[in-house]
Amino acid sequence: MNLAYRDIRHGLGRFALTCVGLGMLLGVVLAMIGIYRGLVTEALALVRAPQADMWVVEADRRGPFAESSRIPGDTREAMERIHGVAAAGSVTYMTTDVERPGGRLRFQLVGYEPGRPGGPRNLIAGRSLARSHFELVADRSTGLAIGDTLMLGRNRFTVTGLTAGQVTSGGDPVAYISLLDSQKLQFELAPPAARIEMARGTAGGGKDTVNAVIVQLLPTVPVSEVARSVARWKHLTAISQADQENILTRSVVQRARQQIGLFTSILLVVSAVIIALIVYTMTMDKVREIATLKLIGAPDRTIVGMIVQQAVALGGTGFLVGAILISSVKDYFPRRVVMQPEDGLALAGVVLVVCLISSGLGVRLALSVDPAKALGG
Amino acid sequence: MNGADRPLVELAGISKHFGEGDTRVDALSEVSMSVMPGEIVGLVGPSGSGKSTLLNVIACILEPSSGRMRIEGKDIYDNRWLKGNLRRLRLDKIGFIFQFHNLLPFLNALENVAMVRELAGASSAEARARATELLDYLGVGHRKAAMPATISGGEAQRVAIARAIANRPRIILADEPTAALDSQRAGIVMDLMSQVAKEQQAAVIVVSHDEKIFNRFHRIFHLRDGRLETVESAPVQANASGMQEP
Repeated sequence: MNLAYRDIRHGLGRFALTCVGLGMLLGVVLAMIGIYRGLVTEALALVRAPQADMWVVEADRRGPFAESSRIPGDTREAMERIHGVAAAGSVTYMTTDVERPGGRLRFQLVGYEPGRPGGPRNLIAGRSLARSHFELVADRSTGLAIGDTLMLGRNRFTVTGLTAGQVTSGGDPVAYISLLDSQKLQFELAPPAARIEMARGTAGGGKDTVNAVIVQLLPTVPVSEVARSVARWKHLTAISQADQENILTRSVVQRARQQIGLFTSILLVVSAVIIALIVYTMTMDKVREIATLKLIGAPDRTIVGMIVQQAVALGGTGFLVGAILISSVKDYFPRRVVMQPEDGLALAGVVLVVCLISSGLGVRLALSVDPAKALGG
Repeated sequence: MNGADRPLVELAGISKHFGEGDTRVDALSEVSMSVMPGEIVGLVGPSGSGKSTLLNVIACILEPSSGRMRIEGKDIYDNRWLKGNLRRLRLDKIGFIFQFHNLLPFLNALENVAMVRELAGASSAEARARATELLDYLGVGHRKAAMPATISGGEAQRVAIARAIANRPRIILADEPTAALDSQRAGIVMDLMSQVAKEQQAAVIVVSHDEKIFNRFHRIFHLRDGRLETVESAPVQANASGMQEP
């Protein structure tokens, strides 16, 4: 006869409410893990989009995401001449914040050479850039639609295509324009500033600068071999794709990862304390029944089993409630929440362990109950 | 000496004290008594006289400071009994009846009775069959699916008696079993206990303040200040129920 099940059945409403409360807490833990995963996924989305094998950036810099990087625009042509390079494309990155009906729109602007590496992936609607100027492919999270227009600098751009899941490590959506347009936006001075520069005699500096060159290699060519060739140019540094991803996850989003990790740990500790208190209270409510069971001869394993099974049922039900809750609302979060089955299983395992440990408090109380209490003594 | 002639419960010079020195309290002093199979005895006395302490000692949950206790001729508290073994002894040999029935509130009447059979190792089907049989015998078979909170005090006490005798114990300890019942229901409960004592040849020890039931005891042990003051033989009234224990 399963006493734990029958006790739960007897106080089903109370147990269900407790599970809902605990489920909300565990849902927050799941959400934090999902936000952490989303942070990494978003951080890597931009760097994985060009399908690069190698990034060529300014010498001694870890650009273009962790540090600024400016290299000559003809670097791409130099890269294409290296043995083993299949394709190369210049890119620029700049964050922009524009006024549009309904509020300001902040996004990352990527300039690339159409037809070369660095352009948009995951196109879900419309087309890529077909003209050299004033066209824009935006991520759908910008809220822009195909045909919408947007003032960038002194020119009006038309949205020709939409992507999905293209965001920066900060969660800003990404938009793509041609390299020529982006260089003009990023490096061309406003007319008053240009006039001052001209008066000082410093005007006329070249605008043909890019932030990085994305290099795709032939399948049989190792990155290290091409990187050695690049290193002969003292003004350039070659970073492999793996290193670039590592820079992003270990450097750019490291603090955010640690913050979320710590917060998740604190939430787990809080959950453990709450589960322990709930189990302890449930046991306290049954002291007389436990005393009766002991007096009539029930072995300790029957009593311990009842408490541990209830703790596990509480944690398991709470976990399910939390998982269902977060799965239902994760798409409404402002940042991406990535729910991975292995994370869910890991948390379920942690919750099980927490329940077993937490039930120790209740078990200790139960084992200390004097059977004489049943006799009123 | 055959089983019927041998006392089921024997206490010889049982003493129990709590604390030491200035705080020492002698709860029991040199109590000796024995209860024969089929006998129903009363433990009576004012509050603080040591009734509960003596009941706890007989229930194998409180080790006396000195003296010997035997159940079915076997010495208890002689350091050969482990805590778990005493619990098993209680499960197999002793049935308990409480003042407020102490039924588990999350089990229905049938489950409350069947549980003790299952704890003793019976299968679920066998335990339920025995529980059904006992509840029918005690006149509460129609309430077997009811939860304790929904049945009357008299019915609950009958279910508690069914639970107490489910494992066919040789000793039944009852702590104020009629205190929460009116005269009529108290009489029925005592009839049932007398019936069980007689048919099962069990020793029934009842702690009570209820003078209305004193005439149901074969003997009455009067306790005062932890000492057994007098042993009174009482004329036992005939059992009116006429029921046959299954």
